[in-house]
Amino acid sequence: MFARFFNALGRPLVRFIQYLGEVVMLAADTFESLFTRRLRWKLFLNQIVEIGLLSQLVVVITGGFTGAVFSAQTYFQFHKIGMGSATGAVVSVALMRELGPVLTALMVAGRVGAAMSAEIGTMKVTEQIDALRALAVYPTDYLVVPRALAMMVSMPLLVAECIAVGIAVGYFVAISLLEINGTYYMANMVRWTRSRDIIMGVSKAFCFGILIVFISCHKGLTAREGAVGVGRATTEAVVNASLAVLICNFFLTMMLNIIYPAGYQ
Amino acid sequence: MMPRRDRYNGSMITVQRLKKRIGGQEILRGVDLDVARGETLTIIGRSGGGKSVLLKHLIGLMRPNAGEIWIEGQNIIDLNERQLASIRQKVGILFQGSALFDSMTVAENIAFPLREAGERDPNILRQRVSEMLEVMELQGHEEKMPVNLSGGMKKRVGLARSIIRQPSCILYDEPTSGLDPVVSDSINKLIRRLQQRLGVTSIVVTHDMKNAFHVADRIAYLHEGRIYFHGTPDELRQSPDRLIQDFLVGRSEGRGH
Repeated sequence: MFARFFNALGRPLVRFIQYLGEVVMLAADTFESLFTRRLRWKLFLNQIVEIGLLSQLVVVITGGFTGAVFSAQTYFQFHKIGMGSATGAVVSVALMRELGPVLTALMVAGRVGAAMSAEIGTMKVTEQIDALRALAVYPTDYLVVPRALAMMVSMPLLVAECIAVGIAVGYFVAISLLEINGTYYMANMVRWTRSRDIIMGVSKAFCFGILIVFISCHKGLTAREGAVGVGRATTEAVVNASLAVLICNFFLTMMLNIIYPAGYQ
Repeated sequence: MMPRRDRYNGSMITVQRLKKRIGGQEILRGVDLDVARGETLTIIGRSGGGKSVLLKHLIGLMRPNAGEIWIEGQNIIDLNERQLASIRQKVGILFQGSALFDSMTVAENIAFPLREAGERDPNILRQRVSEMLEVMELQGHEEKMPVNLSGGMKKRVGLARSIIRQPSCILYDEPTSGLDPVVSDSINKLIRRLQQRLGVTSIVVTHDMKNAFHVADRIAYLHEGRIYFHGTPDELRQSPDRLIQDFLVGRSEGRGH
């Protein structure tokens, strides 16, 4: 009975550890290639367009409406205790430390992560990856390195954009719809927001970008035969990447809070 | 392990006791094969009999469970993916589904191996591509996307892509499957022509007997994971073996299994 229990418990655990190992190996392989092999600039720039440029609308809308609703909700609560003008500080710090990086990462996982795993997965099942290998091209160099580098460059910028738009829209909502005094709003926001908040947001963005790109590329590279295989790989890539972002976010918060403590000191 | 020179008998490819198991099923059960330089060997056998699997082992796309594969005196079993690149410069493969890069035009597909090998001069690339298009009779199609090509054209583009770097050996995986008889015939002639013009070693996997007899110097019959018969096309035709005769005439009953 115990054997069966541990068997039932152990097998998914082993599979999970194996999965983590594969993703980490892919990442290690990519970083090694990144520093030792030539970079395919054209592919890298294509990916910058795909990941960075074309994600902007999604990111702007995400940041804008999050800023707007967060500003409103904060005001509704803070107004009761006469702290309405502190809304700006709360919105700005929350966006920088949590909402900006996490929401952007989730949107990018859905938009870019899905596209990556679908594209690479289709190449896998139509033997295009084998064709690359047969033509003496290492698939990690050709497919993963440009995507990983583009993601590491794009994600911090996208998150910064999301935060900036969120703060701007939050300000607009607070001033024009909720009738907070603009001067107090700005003064409190600037007073309570520190550069370490920005650093934290951008650091998280960088980490989330890495999580998304390797989870998605790995799912694509290991896609199984047929349209079902690619579909499943895409779904799993988005789900796994989103969960990884949410889970890692907690640990990143706790770790980065030691280096960049929150609050005014 | 013996030093490699002792094992090098001048063959292009030597396969010894190759075994491969996929998902609990034993696909290859100890294949021995020897391919001389410059010859065309056809591997025939029933669908799903492991012919493509064998071919993919020869270029390191699949790893065997046991056995050895020697290419020009080098055992490729111990090589990792990056080390295999030097083998893959020597051996080209035409995939069953052509496996063209669907995000690139015909010309970009054909130029890909050269570009990856570091050739940047657009004039040289253009010239080499147009040479290939001429050999493959594909002039005027260079700007098309693979999705807009017929099956026969895809095969020819795939072939152009795999020979542009002038490998000394070409592997063909079902080069005529899914093509009409006329296009099949043109592919057969192309294979013959490449062999005569470039002197390459060719291994053709097929279950199309017309294709097999047309191109082969020697034929190997892969049956139940082993090489069941190995000889010239005439020897195959005259073989009294029941199994082989059944395969040649396409008789399904009395296969004996």
